[in-house]
Amino acid sequence: MTRLLKWGLVGGVFLYLYLPIAILVVNSFNSSKYGHVWKGFSLKWYTKLWANEALMQAFSNSLLIATLAASAATLIGTLMAIALYRYAFRGKGLAGGLLFVVMMSPDIVLAITFLVIFIALGIELGFWSLLISHITFCLPFVVVTVYAQLKGFDRYLLEAAQDLGAGEWQGFRHIILPLVRPAVISGWLLSFTLSLDDVIISTFVTGPGFEILPIRVYSMVKVGVSPEVNVLATLLLGLSLALVGIAALIRRTDRPR
Amino acid sequence: MNFRRLAIQLTLTWLTLFVLLPHALVLLTSVLTPDPGQLASYPMTLQAYGRLWDPIYAQAFWQSLWLSACTTLVCLLVGYPFAWSLARTPRVTRALLLFLMMVPFWTNSLIRTYAIKLILGNKGLINTLLQGLGLTDAPIDLLYTPFAVVFGLVYILLPFMVLPLVSAFEKLDPRLLEAARDLGAGPWARFTLVVLPLTLPGVIAGSLIVFLPAMGMFYVADLLGGAKNLLLGNIIKNQFLVVRDWPFGSALSLTLVLLMGLLLWLYARANRHINRRGGLDDSAA
Repeated sequence: MTRLLKWGLVGGVFLYLYLPIAILVVNSFNSSKYGHVWKGFSLKWYTKLWANEALMQAFSNSLLIATLAASAATLIGTLMAIALYRYAFRGKGLAGGLLFVVMMSPDIVLAITFLVIFIALGIELGFWSLLISHITFCLPFVVVTVYAQLKGFDRYLLEAAQDLGAGEWQGFRHIILPLVRPAVISGWLLSFTLSLDDVIISTFVTGPGFEILPIRVYSMVKVGVSPEVNVLATLLLGLSLALVGIAALIRRTDRPR
Repeated sequence: MNFRRLAIQLTLTWLTLFVLLPHALVLLTSVLTPDPGQLASYPMTLQAYGRLWDPIYAQAFWQSLWLSACTTLVCLLVGYPFAWSLARTPRVTRALLLFLMMVPFWTNSLIRTYAIKLILGNKGLINTLLQGLGLTDAPIDLLYTPFAVVFGLVYILLPFMVLPLVSAFEKLDPRLLEAARDLGAGPWARFTLVVLPLTLPGVIAGSLIVFLPAMGMFYVADLLGGAKNLLLGNIIKNQFLVVRDWPFGSALSLTLVLLMGLLLWLYARANRHINRRGGLDDSAA
């Protein structure tokens, strides 16, 4: 009985989480323009999306920002985690505190801080403002993941390397990096996910010259969202699943060593 | 360049430039005078904070607080037993289930919110189902109600409640429950005296990362709540992007920061309380 209840609850929650997604995927193949009725299988929205330049542009811009932001956040975040783990320096406590603030702050609060700084620094709203803010809000998650992994490994490994004459760069390249690789991969995936999912921060720091998907869709909501958006959602899902598959493969080949 | 210097400099520069300075600027903006041309200008004034007490905004603030509280409560009521169930599955299953919880994030949350609109609408899934079953004749108004907003907020935020709860349940030593049982504690006593106190940090952490963001999710209120400014986020967004009263928008956002500080303080206290009581945290183990 309790077992039944338990799986009923788990199943119910997943049904709730996946129902909207299922509707999007099903409707992407629905030849009806309105999502309420099924009028037969069709791929016409896929071809229509291909021809919809504004939407395709926003889609590829979203992927570009997510990829660049995740990569930069992973690089910078890994360096930050190492700095916080290995070195004593002035402002270390402050740095940790600021990362914590970014992690805990509601998106809307971060969004306006980003908007204000870009205006104050004279950075034009668009590609760079989106990229910098996405990197920044992903950073703490990378730092936390990598830092946790660093804490788990043997400090003496690095000392041994140093005794054998390895410099800081070599220690980083040959000792730290291979050891934190799983955390680095998780950090990248998490950042990519957060960047792709974001609406609030992007709304504030976007500019007319560079539009990403949520902004484009937001402007469509008032007049009616076209079915091509269902196709985009389906493609995003497929693409991300493929990405995770690749990441899982990388990890599997990593293991036997 | 020296690796050590590079890592430290990058850390300090990035965080100062894109976190510390921006927060300081928002604080400064909140005490400036609104200026349509320059967004904000001198002289300094506390006018923006005075407007927070304006009944229109005070009411919106309470409404927003109320909707967020409902969202947090629903997330907690669903997420707590859900996380408990997850934590008791084998490791591989758990990893897979947690992963499946993250998958929806890849279709942007705005698009998912739009899909919820299709579920709740007059011709949506729920109403079609209800009418098909003959439970109602006319469609029930689900969309553009506070209910729809809470439904959407829970949808977006539930995973954030579940994750800290799962890690709290993972830390819970099953032997403690056995010991309590051996000592004669019934199910209710085991729950209220052992499970709940030990997972309380997870409850507070989860509530914290649901409650505050919920107040800012203007797009959920926009799509599912109709044209009303239901959430604090809608007002902040309007002040910044439409009305262009940056000082007032900044002051509104700082009330959220203040609330965050208060909740974090509570969280720290609860954590300390639990650690002192039993010495059960992982540092003692």
